[in-house]
Amino acid sequence: MPPDTKSDLGRRLLFLLPVLAFLGLVGLFTLGLGHDPAALPSAMIDKPAPAFALGPVMVDRPGLGRADLGGKPVLVNFFASWCAPCRAEHATLAGLAASGVPLYGIAYKDKPENAQRFLTDLGDPYQKIGLDLDGRTAIDFGVYGVPETYILDRDGRIRFRYAGALTDAVLKTEILPRLAALERP
Amino acid sequence: MIAELGHFALILALLIAIVQSILPMVGAARGARPLMDVAAPAALLQFGAVALAFAALTHGYVTSDFSLRNVVENSHSLKPLLYKITGVWGNHEGSMLLWALILTLYGAAVAAFGRNLPPSLKARVLSVHGMIGVGFLAFILFTSNPFLRVLPVPPDGQGLNPILQDPGLAFHPPFLYLGYVGFSMAFSFAVAALIEGRVDPAWARWVRPWTLVAWCALTLGICLGSWWAYYELGWGGWWAWDPVENASFMPWLSGTALLHSAIVVEKRDTLKGWTIFLALVTFSLSLLGTFLVRSGVLSSVHAFAVDPARGAFILALLVIAIGGSLVLFALRAPALRSTGSFAPISRESALILNNLLLATAALTVFLGTLYPLFLDVIGGDKVSVGAPYYNATFVPLMVPLVLLMAAGPMMTWKRADLAGVLLRLRLAFGLALAVAVIMIIATKGHEALAPLGIGLAAWLLFGTLKELADRIRLFQAPWDMVRTRLRHTTRASWGMSIAHAGLAVTIAGITIASGWQQEAIQTLHPGESIALAGDVYRFDRVEPLPGPNYSAEQATVAISHDGRTFATVHPSRLTYPLQRMTTTDVAIHTDGFSDRYVVLGDPQPDGGWIFRIYYNPLVPWVWFGALIMVLGGILSLSDRRLRIGAPVRKPKRAGGELAA
Repeated sequence: MPPDTKSDLGRRLLFLLPVLAFLGLVGLFTLGLGHDPAALPSAMIDKPAPAFALGPVMVDRPGLGRADLGGKPVLVNFFASWCAPCRAEHATLAGLAASGVPLYGIAYKDKPENAQRFLTDLGDPYQKIGLDLDGRTAIDFGVYGVPETYILDRDGRIRFRYAGALTDAVLKTEILPRLAALERP
Repeated sequence: MIAELGHFALILALLIAIVQSILPMVGAARGARPLMDVAAPAALLQFGAVALAFAALTHGYVTSDFSLRNVVENSHSLKPLLYKITGVWGNHEGSMLLWALILTLYGAAVAAFGRNLPPSLKARVLSVHGMIGVGFLAFILFTSNPFLRVLPVPPDGQGLNPILQDPGLAFHPPFLYLGYVGFSMAFSFAVAALIEGRVDPAWARWVRPWTLVAWCALTLGICLGSWWAYYELGWGGWWAWDPVENASFMPWLSGTALLHSAIVVEKRDTLKGWTIFLALVTFSLSLLGTFLVRSGVLSSVHAFAVDPARGAFILALLVIAIGGSLVLFALRAPALRSTGSFAPISRESALILNNLLLATAALTVFLGTLYPLFLDVIGGDKVSVGAPYYNATFVPLMVPLVLLMAAGPMMTWKRADLAGVLLRLRLAFGLALAVAVIMIIATKGHEALAPLGIGLAAWLLFGTLKELADRIRLFQAPWDMVRTRLRHTTRASWGMSIAHAGLAVTIAGITIASGWQQEAIQTLHPGESIALAGDVYRFDRVEPLPGPNYSAEQATVAISHDGRTFATVHPSRLTYPLQRMTTTDVAIHTDGFSDRYVVLGDPQPDGGWIFRIYYNPLVPWVWFGALIMVLGGILSLSDRRLRIGAPVRKPKRAGGELAA
């Protein structure tokens, strides 16, 4: 009987709905697998670095200002003496500076004497260092937490941000290729 | 050596599970009794093997065997013995092993106590259960093996997250898992019934005790988890709608729906497809929930990023278990026909409405939990879905549900007299209205949710009491008759009344605790006081308090009312040098009606200390209510007709068919 068959078909389709909904869910999870929700988006990417002029950390050296950046691709590293991961990444930074990469430092919410001791103890890899006592410049850069490292191009625009401690592996995969690309004319 | 024995036992368990999932299924299809009879001993053996593996891992923890990678990463020789033991399941690998242990425990329980099950159904149920075992044991062995050795052997372990060194946290996962995994039994029964092509009242009666056990355990697990979050995390709240909590709450909602719809199948032989569907969905949500949390797809995906094999394995497991059962459902369920018919106003309809509301509520939580992931995957914004979403969607669903809960039990099967039911509830309605009006006056009309919540709680409590009173004819018949009726009231009915009353208590607790919490944050120097909610908290002193693997500072705070000190509490601040972590130990003074909740914060340069103090009225009722619900569930479980192992009377309609 046709009407019966029709309603039976409708019934069968109704019971298929859960399977279809689940397939959609599996698609979502498959995409989610390759996704890192811990990745922090930065609103500052491809925007000019904010204006700032910071006083010095070391008494015998100048501070750091927006005018110091530009002309060539550089790295800006936010650190603090009270931050354990910053201590951990310091050796990596020293190696980076030794290989000739221009590296600038900003001490985030740090007492000058503590920051001085930190750099005296562990070595100073930075070309210039600014003291961001109230964290104002960090806010302008969009820093979530120290350590964070920014790549700026020769026009002084922020091109990349890495949140967390740098390691040699991160340098190799994330930082150095981008710097090299920016250095090409 | 012992670890190798455990490892070997785990491999053996996997092999047994494979046998258990294949032979009985083939036997049931061919009607070959010897093959079917493999199921029960296999399930018992599988449990024995996993228990041996679990014991071996526990031994590794107790003796601090740092040649085991899992022990190194999650234990420390200085840890108190209790936390060495609970540390077994305080990590991914160990908790998966606990999961497998509970899974096989349920299988063994069906094998041992399911003597009255028809052989073919029992064989199929245990076979499906064996398949779940295969999936889990393979997952453990191939991606999360806790028995891997490490060389060279480190001198000491890396400790356990200090937040996890707490009795509340140590004991809530086992209950949570007893709940989650317990729904695997309903799942296995549902799949077996779909394969048999037969769902009848007898089937519903066999499924119900397993669902009830799981429901009770899950309720207790959620309750313990929420209590732990309350006193350990130190933010004064007890429920945050975070993904971890939602993961346990979704199966609870659909499991509650399942409990109710199974009654309809048992009593009225209808609503079969839906009940089967709920059984599948409830366990699917348990699986989804655990894995989303365990794998970290939702919170932080680092577990996946570190080990993509684990993530892919999990997804494959989900596809096979959930997808497979849903396809089977699509193929077989349309053929299930109901015999019972009923009018739009009837107990059946009331339970269907209950199910619709609970299912919608579960879906609401599901969408809220997955929406951030969805948005993230399609490249949208980072969002978090929080309390405002759930207040706007979940609360409106609960209001009609609670309204219905008082009336539903008074309705008769097939066709009910709505006017009569409402007439019987007029006193409850009047009392609830009076309570709501008192609340409006007490809050001077500023609060909308409080009178509603308290009014609903009163409605549910008085409605439930009225139903109970009518059932035993209290004040309506001579005392002798009341006594007789009281004696003949089944434990299942008592269970229902008590569980519903428990929810009323919880609703009252939630309403008052959310509406009237008071909070103060202030820096205090020793000797200074702070006033909150009519009490005065005086900060007396701070003393150092050395511990085995931490150092602590303990404050003494005296709480007084009208100049009379009624409690002295000691909030403290613990520093774990090994993990470079600081945690707080909240001090709570409770009188059963309200909590005074004191948190010691950071020291200030000028010698003061930051204090956070909360006054949480009626918050203990949130958990009292849940405990009452569990009590109701246990009473219902002990009902004669469900008692495991007791001879079950053959149901009128379908007994003969199934015994064949």
